[in-house]
Order: sequence, then structure tokens, then C-alpha cells
Amino acid sequence: MVSASPHVHDGRTVAGIMKLVVLALAPATLFSFYIFGLAAVRVVGVSILSAVVFEALFQRIAGRPVRIGDWSAVLTGLLLALNLPATAPWWLVVVGAFFAIVIAKQLYGGLGYNPFNPALVGRVVLLLSFPVQMTAGWVAPSRWGMDAVTTATPLTRLREALLETGSVEGFAMTRDQVLDLVIGNRAGCLGETSVILLLIGGVFLIAKKVISWHIPVAFIASVWIFAGIAHLADPSRFVDASFHVITGGLFIGALYMATDYVTSPLAKRGMLIFGAGCGIITMVIRLFGAYPEGVSFAILLMNAATPLIDRYTKPTVFGAVKRAAAS
Amino acid sequence: MMGRFFGGVHPDYNKDLSRGKPIETMPVPGRLVVYLSQNLGAPSKAVVKKGDAVLKGQVIAESGGFVSTPVHAPVSGVVAAIDTFPHPVGTDLPAIVIEPDGNDRWADGCDVERDVDALSSAEIRDLVHDGGLVGMGGATFPTHVKLSPPPEKPIDVLVLNGAECEPYLSADHRMMVEHAEEILDGAALFARVIEVGRVIVGIEKNKPDAIAAMRERAAGREGFEVAALDVVYPQGAEKQLIFAVTGRRVPAGGLPMDVGVLVQNVATCRAAREAVRFNRPLIERVLTVTGRAIAEPKNLLVRVGTPFEDIVAFCGGMSGETGKIISGGPMMGVSQYSLAAAVTKGTSGIVLLRRDEVAQFVSDACIRCGRCVEACPMRLDPSTLSILVERMRFDDAGETGVNDCMECGCCAYVCPSRRPLVQHFRRAKAELRAKARKAG
Ligand code: SF4
Ligand code: SF4
Repeated sequence: MVSASPHVHDGRTVAGIMKLVVLALAPATLFSFYIFGLAAVRVVGVSILSAVVFEALFQRIAGRPVRIGDWSAVLTGLLLALNLPATAPWWLVVVGAFFAIVIAKQLYGGLGYNPFNPALVGRVVLLLSFPVQMTAGWVAPSRWGMDAVTTATPLTRLREALLETGSVEGFAMTRDQVLDLVIGNRAGCLGETSVILLLIGGVFLIAKKVISWHIPVAFIASVWIFAGIAHLADPSRFVDASFHVITGGLFIGALYMATDYVTSPLAKRGMLIFGAGCGIITMVIRLFGAYPEGVSFAILLMNAATPLIDRYTKPTVFGAVKRAAAS
Repeated sequence: MMGRFFGGVHPDYNKDLSRGKPIETMPVPGRLVVYLSQNLGAPSKAVVKKGDAVLKGQVIAESGGFVSTPVHAPVSGVVAAIDTFPHPVGTDLPAIVIEPDGNDRWADGCDVERDVDALSSAEIRDLVHDGGLVGMGGATFPTHVKLSPPPEKPIDVLVLNGAECEPYLSADHRMMVEHAEEILDGAALFARVIEVGRVIVGIEKNKPDAIAAMRERAAGREGFEVAALDVVYPQGAEKQLIFAVTGRRVPAGGLPMDVGVLVQNVATCRAAREAVRFNRPLIERVLTVTGRAIAEPKNLLVRVGTPFEDIVAFCGGMSGETGKIISGGPMMGVSQYSLAAAVTKGTSGIVLLRRDEVAQFVSDACIRCGRCVEACPMRLDPSTLSILVERMRFDDAGETGVNDCMECGCCAYVCPSRRPLVQHFRRAKAELRAKARKAG
């Protein structure tokens, strides 16, 4: 066989990488099945299935090679599902998958060419178009029973309290409450509840060198610092920083959405800037914006900034600095 | 000071197949194909014709210019043909075919010891040229040219490249274990020509016996030292090697002499000793024949011009189904259509991979995973560069540094989308060269 060098390869494939991410998300996904029951199973199933079907159909129609074997549609479907409430009706999920795969990914040219994270586009389109279905149906964890009581997510409750009383007093958390939030015993999207399981998966991905620490650490640290400064400035209006770190979609966003290769910077320095930008925008939205949660919007906005960041954080060619200095 | 360079990869080294095998001398084959193109730069010009009798060491082709070297008959015999033959680079190129007469007789004046101490710098340099010396690590850059730096670029360090970072290959490794003294003798000659007091041999740590052998022999020589280097590909690339042993950074687009360094491969050093001291021109070399598709991996001393097929036969033939034959190492070597090519002065190895080791992959769009950016030792951005090439934006690729790409293959080695990155960059460089030529 004749081909160009190199003639050996480290064996990592796109499908392999996608599968590792799916694997990393498995604990959090299974946990969502445990706390939200069959409703969660259904959302995940419908989402993955429709994402894969849309991808195959589109590629077929567009005359492109059908590449569902690369697992990228599976991952998008899973991420979308994990960003939806367990009560999301099936058609909502399908619409989300359509926007994610067809509009946000394939119309731009498919894997690698999409400027925005497809799953997040799906989620945000649903959030803007169907706010009632997307946010009114939060269920408290119910352990397989579907007689769940509708409740608000911690961030929504925080916002309501602030709007009603102008103060966040009463939001100082007890140890048990913190523990509940970390373990995931709370209302929220399927995948945003268990901080600890998301973290385990994230550490696994970093250890496997699928993602690097730069984006998640910059993201979470900047949320923490921003929230901390706000809290110090006015403790009656702004809650403790750790509340912001462990609530909402911060962990799933920072570890699994913001680190999407296609839509984030290439170089490490760019990743730090990108992560920090995500964190700051998240906090601006959470503290001053119209939505209780800002992670999705923040990542999408930073996706738009990625080409710019790339341009300014290019690695310097070996030896180039010296030449510049000499001439 | 000893810094590890940026980027690089850790391919499976697979050196165990051959590194324990002492260098074996292969008998002269029945027919030798000696290409006129044995070096980077102008090919040499044949000075014999069909039917001529030649003696071993006799010049059969002269330098085709300053950046060129003469070619010598590797054996005594008769010129059977002058024609084009498949060259390991992948195209057919002119070659002189010699049929040995069985006597293996040296030409007059060859194989005679000379008093090297009496030689001037210029004389040594001329002997290096006349001996047909080129970089034997694979680049085949004429050695005498490297030994003629312009006066405004003083050189103060000679670096011997014993890194041999390509997977599978072990020829230099064996050479250092078995011929340390001769390598250092040759290096001392180079050091004299360019008047440097410091000689550093860089060897990757995965060759402890070579490090020990070279250290032992270097101990008695003033200014000589041996540096044990990290095992990371491409440690043997000139700029990376220089950085690893001296901490100096060769400027982008620049040459080693810009930072006062001359790099020579260890095999070239030994060949220099042969040529200068014994008047034996470069007509043979050590190479590694290895891979899981060869019956018996070996390190062989073969005559230049030995056809690959004879070598494979000498190593017991192929075992199982061969998927790929590579001239050189698997990272930068050239895959061959057949075993029709013959050994050149730059052939460092022949690697035969089994069919199941060379699964063909479809390449896909870049997923911007950034693995190539991390792997590139030249700190380029292969992802962006390859997209520019795909869009035929060659000028932009040039501005983004494609000419600094040394085609080491690290980027393609790690790319999960299996993008043909190195091909892209070769193409861009060729387009830019063509354009520069047109512009005059
Ligand atoms: S082949 Fe070129 S671009 Fe790729 S890693 Fe090597 S130097 Fe960098
Ligand atoms: S390694 Fe391949 S897929 Fe990843 S950024 Fe580089 S070119 Fe793109």
C-alpha cells in the first residue's frame, strides 16, 4: 500500500473520542434516570434517536457520506437531553434535536464546521420559543414515581426571592442543602443536578486527555470569583459564591459543553480566555439579566468569539520570537 | 538549559525487533542500481557509459554543482545500463547499473591510509566532498556545504545527532555501540574543519548501551560530551536537537549556523573518517531492515545500490502479508510501490508493516480538537494551515508559517480525523515554491 507519511498513527479516532465523552456522561445520565425516573429515560432516548435520525437523513439528502458512525450525533443528542427538564414532552425534544443537528450543525457543513455548539443551540431555541414547557415543569426528584410535585430550580427560587423581597436572606445554605446540591438531589435539567458525578466524568476526560483542564477551570473559577466579589460587595443582594458554582448548569456546561472542540479555541491560552469569558457572561446574566441561568447563553456568545480568540492566541512559530527581535 | 522542546509525540518505538542485532555485512548482490540522485540538491552527472569497466571507489558520476556530490562505484564490475529506475522517493530517476565482476577490487589510491594530522581544513573539506559525503540520517544534504559556513556565521558547537528518534530504526544505535571510536574520529575531523572546541553527542535515553559506549570513548577527548535526551519524537530533528542539547533556538526560517551550531549525523561522521583517513568514498551504509512483515529483522551493512528485493531476501523474505514497505522510518519515510528501488546514501531503513497494521482510513473534516497544535514541534497550527490549503489559499498558508513545517508528521500522527496534514503542507510548499520561481 502506498500513502504519504506518517505511516503510523496513535489510534485515536473521532468516534473513539465521542464515545469517551458519552462514557464520561454515563454516571450523571444514569443518576438522572434514578432521580427522575422513566420520564428521564424517555427524554434521553427520544433525543439521541432523533438526533441520529436527523443526522443520517440530512446527510443522505445532501448527498454527503452518512457518518453517524462517528458518534457525534449520539453525543449531541445526549447533551441536549441532559439540558432539558424531565417533563419535556416528546415533540419538544424532537424540535430541539432538529435545531441542534439540522440547523446548527448540518446546514453549516456538518461536523467541524458549525460555529455554535449544536446541543446548546437546540436548548436555547427551545428556551426562547417554548419557555413554558422548558421552565414551568421542573419536578423535584421523585425516585421513579411520576407523582412529582412541580417545583423551582434553586436558581429560580433565588431569583424569585430577590424579586419579591429584594434580598437573598434565607439563602444561606445549611450543610445538608449543600450536600443535596452536590449530590444532585434537587430540581433541574436531567444532567445539571449531580455536580459530583459530572465532575467524576470530567476528571476522567481530563485524565484520558480528551479535554484539557483549561476551559472548565477558567470557567468555574471566574464564576466563583465574580460571585464572590458580588457577595462581598452586597451580601444582602448576592448570595454566597459557592451557591453559584454548584447550582444551575455550570458543571455540565463547563466540562462538557464549553469544551466542545469544534466551537472552542484551539490553543491553551485561548481556552483560558474562552473559559473566563464564559464565566463572566454567565454571572452577568445570572445577577443582572432576565434569566435565572446564564451558562448556555454565555457559551454560545463565547462560541461566536472563538475565531477572534484563535486569531490572537496562535502559538508562535518555533524560533519566530527571536527572529522578530533580531530584525 | 537542557530544555525539552515544545510538542512532539510518543509513537510505539518498536525498536526491540532489531536493536539487539549486531551489524551484519550483506554480500554484494548480483546487480547494483546506483542513482545519480544521491543527495539533496543537483543530481550528479554520469561520467561512465554502458559497457565501461569500473573499479570500486571510482567516480562514476561527478558533482552537478556546489550543492552536489560525486558518486562512486560501490563495487568493481561493468556498467550494464544507464537508465531510469524506481527511486525510493517514489519516482523513476536515472541510475547507473553495475554488474559486479566478483573481485571487489578498489580503484588506485582508494583504501590507503593518510596522515590526517598533516591535512589543512580546506583539504579535509575537499576530501569530504570528493568522498561523496551526504547527511546519512535521510536528508542527504551534501556534507561539504555544511562545512563551509559563511564567515559572518561563526560556529562554536558541533552537535552529533545520535537521537535516532524514528520508530523501528536502530542502525545509528548499533553504529554507536559498535563503532563509537570511529564516529568520534570523524567528528574530530569536522571539528577541525570548522574550528570548534565543543562537540556534543545527543542520544535518546532509550539507547543506554549507545550512551555508555559513546561516553566511554568520548571521555579521553577534550571538549567532547554526550547528552542523554528525552525520548520523544522528533528529538532528532535538527532544530529540536539543537534546542535540547544547547538551549539555543534556531530562528524560524533559519539554519543551525544562525545560532553557531553544526549538526552531523553519527553515520556521516564515521563515513567522514573512512573517506578522509582511508580514502574510502561513501559506497556503503548501515541500515535497519525491520517490521513485523520481515522474517528476520537485521541491521545490515550494505553497498549503495543494493536493490531492496535482495535485502529482503537476505533477511529471510517476507513473513505473512505485507501491507506497506517504507523506505526510512514510519514517521517520515516514503512508502514504496514495490521492492524495485535500491539503497541510496540516505536510506536509513526499510520497514515492512503487516497488512493488519496499516488499516486504511477515510479522512474527515477537522473537528478542531487541537491535538495537532499541541503535537507540532514547530509550534505551527496544522489545523488552520490544512484548512487554508483545502481552500487553496496558499499565500495565507505561507504567511501562517507553512514553510517552517519540517514534515515530521507529529500532527497527522495524532489527528483523530485522519487528515492528510503532511500532504497538505507539502503541497502548499510546492505551490509557494512554484510561485516564487515564476516571480523570478
Ligand atoms: S508535519 Fe509540520 S505541521 Fe505537522 S507537526 Fe510536523 S512540523 Fe508541525
Ligand atoms: S488534530 Fe486533526 S482534527 Fe484535531 S485540530 Fe488538528 S487537524 Fe483538526
